[in-house]
Amino acid sequence: MSSDIDATETLDVKGQNCPMPVVKTKQAIDDLAAGETLEVLATDSGSVSDLAGWAEATDGVELVGQTEGDGLYTHYVRKTE
Amino acid sequence: MSTDTTSGPEDSSVAELRARIDELETQLSDLEAEVGDDPKKMVIIATKGTLDMAYPPLILASTAAAFGYDVTVFHTFWGLEILHEDHAKELKLSSVGNPNMPMPNAIAALPGMDEVTTRMMRKRIADNEVATVEELIETSIQTGVDLQACQMTIDLLGYDEDDFFDGVTTGVGAASAFQEMVEADIQLLV
Repeated sequence: MSSDIDATETLDVKGQNCPMPVVKTKQAIDDLAAGETLEVLATDSGSVSDLAGWAEATDGVELVGQTEGDGLYTHYVRKTE
Repeated sequence: MSTDTTSGPEDSSVAELRARIDELETQLSDLEAEVGDDPKKMVIIATKGTLDMAYPPLILASTAAAFGYDVTVFHTFWGLEILHEDHAKELKLSSVGNPNMPMPNAIAALPGMDEVTTRMMRKRIADNEVATVEELIETSIQTGVDLQACQMTIDLLGYDEDDFFDGVTTGVGAASAFQEMVEADIQLLV
């Protein structure tokens, strides 16, 4: 898993299914400060579109990257405000 | 002074219009502030108490909360079972009248068949790592979802307010649910 995005915190939701990746990401983002980035590790393939949709519809967050490989979906969400 | 007599009424009507424009602009900005400040709202009325029907309201509620919505789920009739601390872990799935089940109704109606189909479903839920009903209730409450138990049906079904999970709102009725629905952007009956 290589990435040049620096994450402040990592949220591990491997093995958890809809709606948990989005719900737990939201909870974890609430605990971050503006400018910090959350790395989300998921095995739910639905998390790719779910997290992208959530980030687009939610003020104050930005999806800065998504990668996948070996059944692992990694998302990077930055708190912008 | 003939000019005064003609321009006088015009001046005053222009002044009146200006005042009216100012008034309307104030009203508009007040309204904009009101609309902008209020989070969006979703209200779900949950009326079913089977294992399969417990999921859609809880999943949508916790998801909407993650989207920043104010969420209320008003549980009435069998929907109360979802919030009942003892019954929530024993919700059942019936295969009678469900054409998606791999057995004919005549067999599905035999004694004990609901237990069989429920066990099959619970195994699938666990195998697919789908959250349990209790986990979804806990998460919903944690994320600020207001899970409400309809007082009329609590009394009707002979339950006690203490039978429900901590954090469940009791003492609410149709009028409060309706009032929330009026203000909501999304209203669903499940």
